[in-house]
Amino acid sequence: MSKELIRLRNICMAFDDEQVLDNINLYFNDSEFLTLLGPSGCGKTTTLRIIGGFTTPTSGDVIFDGVRINDVPPHKRQINTVFQKYALFPHLDVFENIAFGLRIAKVPEAEIRERVTEMLGVVSLKGFEKRRVDQLSGGQQQRVAIARALVNRPKVLLLDEPLGALDLRLRKDMQNELKRIQQQMGITFIYVTHDQEEALTMSDTVVVMDKGRIQQIGTPEDIYNEPKNAFVADFIGESNILDGIMHEDYVVEFFNRKFKCLDKGFAPMEPVDVVIRPEDIEIVPADKGRLVGTVTSVTFKGVHYDTIVDFKGYKWLIQTTDYHEVGEVIGIILNPDDIHIMKKSEYSGLFGDYSSYSAEYDEINDPDFAEEDEEDADDED
Amino acid sequence: MKTKTPAIPYVVWMAVFVVVPLLLIVVYAFTNYDGKFTLENFTNLDVFLQVCGNSLYLAAVATAICLLIAYPFAYFLAQTGPTTRKVAMLFIMLPMWMNFLLRTYAWMSILENHGFLNQLLALVGIPPLHIINTDAAVILGMVYNFLPFMILPIFSVIEKLDRRYIEAAQDLGAGKLQVFRRVIFPLSVPGVISGIMMVFIPSISTFAISKLLGGGMSFLLGDLIEMQFLGSAYNPHLGSAISLMMLLLVIIAMLIMNRFGDGEEGAVMM
Repeated sequence: MSKELIRLRNICMAFDDEQVLDNINLYFNDSEFLTLLGPSGCGKTTTLRIIGGFTTPTSGDVIFDGVRINDVPPHKRQINTVFQKYALFPHLDVFENIAFGLRIAKVPEAEIRERVTEMLGVVSLKGFEKRRVDQLSGGQQQRVAIARALVNRPKVLLLDEPLGALDLRLRKDMQNELKRIQQQMGITFIYVTHDQEEALTMSDTVVVMDKGRIQQIGTPEDIYNEPKNAFVADFIGESNILDGIMHEDYVVEFFNRKFKCLDKGFAPMEPVDVVIRPEDIEIVPADKGRLVGTVTSVTFKGVHYDTIVDFKGYKWLIQTTDYHEVGEVIGIILNPDDIHIMKKSEYSGLFGDYSSYSAEYDEINDPDFAEEDEEDADDED
Repeated sequence: MKTKTPAIPYVVWMAVFVVVPLLLIVVYAFTNYDGKFTLENFTNLDVFLQVCGNSLYLAAVATAICLLIAYPFAYFLAQTGPTTRKVAMLFIMLPMWMNFLLRTYAWMSILENHGFLNQLLALVGIPPLHIINTDAAVILGMVYNFLPFMILPIFSVIEKLDRRYIEAAQDLGAGKLQVFRRVIFPLSVPGVISGIMMVFIPSISTFAISKLLGGGMSFLLGDLIEMQFLGSAYNPHLGSAISLMMLLLVIIAMLIMNRFGDGEEGAVMM
């Protein structure tokens, strides 16, 4: 891709005794849409605040365009932020909110007028100049916050869960809008979210974080199709994760059967985690299946049914558009490219078992699932 | 309107102690000794106008000084840790546990020509200052007595100010001074207005301070009114008329201040 703009080198961050970031190494390319994705308290907001200059890392270097900027205060960085709850200035109208940065930079009045008007066009808020910010809807406030940051023509825009407070439909619209704005302005977006779908939809690169560590970096396709460990596989979409043994390249054994797969490079007989995505599994009549199980639960999800199937006491989630009733005995077929092999990790055995399945499993997508813990930790400094 | 009953004691209280006295003042102001309706009390207001100028002036100076002292104080107090805050708050509130008159008497003995202050100055070899019975003494008394009413509302506004606004301003390129000038100060204006009202109103109507520290040299509205009710010039009808005029003055002052408050009158009207 294009050239490197920001690099985080061996970043560690501790609040009191709590290790929030553990040796983060990460670089950001120019004009890239990069998303930091992870659950509450994984350190993604702290990472963003370190880039913005609001938090100083305990150790490690922040490099911007080849220069170490650890000690550069936020107002001297060519970086702007869209804050989680927008933080629009309540004493200023829409125009003055957007003009704020330009006034500080002592830009001539005529140019301020021109650039603010242009930005209002970009975020589709023409005619709202004189509105008070508390008279705007959530989506409109969101657009003002984006315009207020972008009007300064930063090299990097940081976005901290900017869509978290919006309802689902508005969020979908804003996702497209943000992607469009990013492409139109051609600048780097660093986006923080706990919503995996948001991350996959918008990003060029996704960085999955948990417990202050980077779990995987890759394109949305890589992250989804080739998760590195059980945490990533479970966090990005739904996964059935099983214990397996890699016999040789392209051959894996689970449930005492050998399956063909596309993975190689493991030691002979190495224990591995096997990931099978619920939507990849093909249901066939019991006598034609390689594995046979009993349906124990069916939930209608709109596009598909979430079908829980019991295979010898181990329950899988299968997503299918065909209805199979509870108690029905079915068979399944797995193609080699439906089977993904991962090295064992500290997360092995923690995820991917649907024995205790309930419809609540997707609560992580809930917009109200806010990052309170992380914010509190940030207030300490 | 469903829960009418519990409100009754308050309504009665307001009626007896606020509305009735106000009505009495209005009645007194528009009548003479014989109880007949007259506008004479209002045509007789040249004394009022003289005193009014002096009162407004002293109250304005005292309010301005309070603001100059209180704002930085409140600002820095809001940045300190909880322990410092508690101690500082204690010291602000401590004098208020003492009787107002007692405090003012104490200042009298400090400021006297042979009082504590001048004795102290004499020890260092500085010639004595003549402060007692001047406007300066009255202003000092006002500032001392009413300063907490300026500090507290400003402090509470700054303390509650969302840190995110400050971060947002920094993010947009504002240094410390710019953050203060463009964000913190404008957002603290409601507290400032509330403080100004809470100092200005008691300052303009005080009589004890001017009497004790001004020694009759600075004669204020409060003194004038007091004289009509308790003093030599006993004339409650004129006193009521002056009180009404002063009330009008205060209402006008509040309306003017509210314009700056930009719809934040909640803080001002208390």
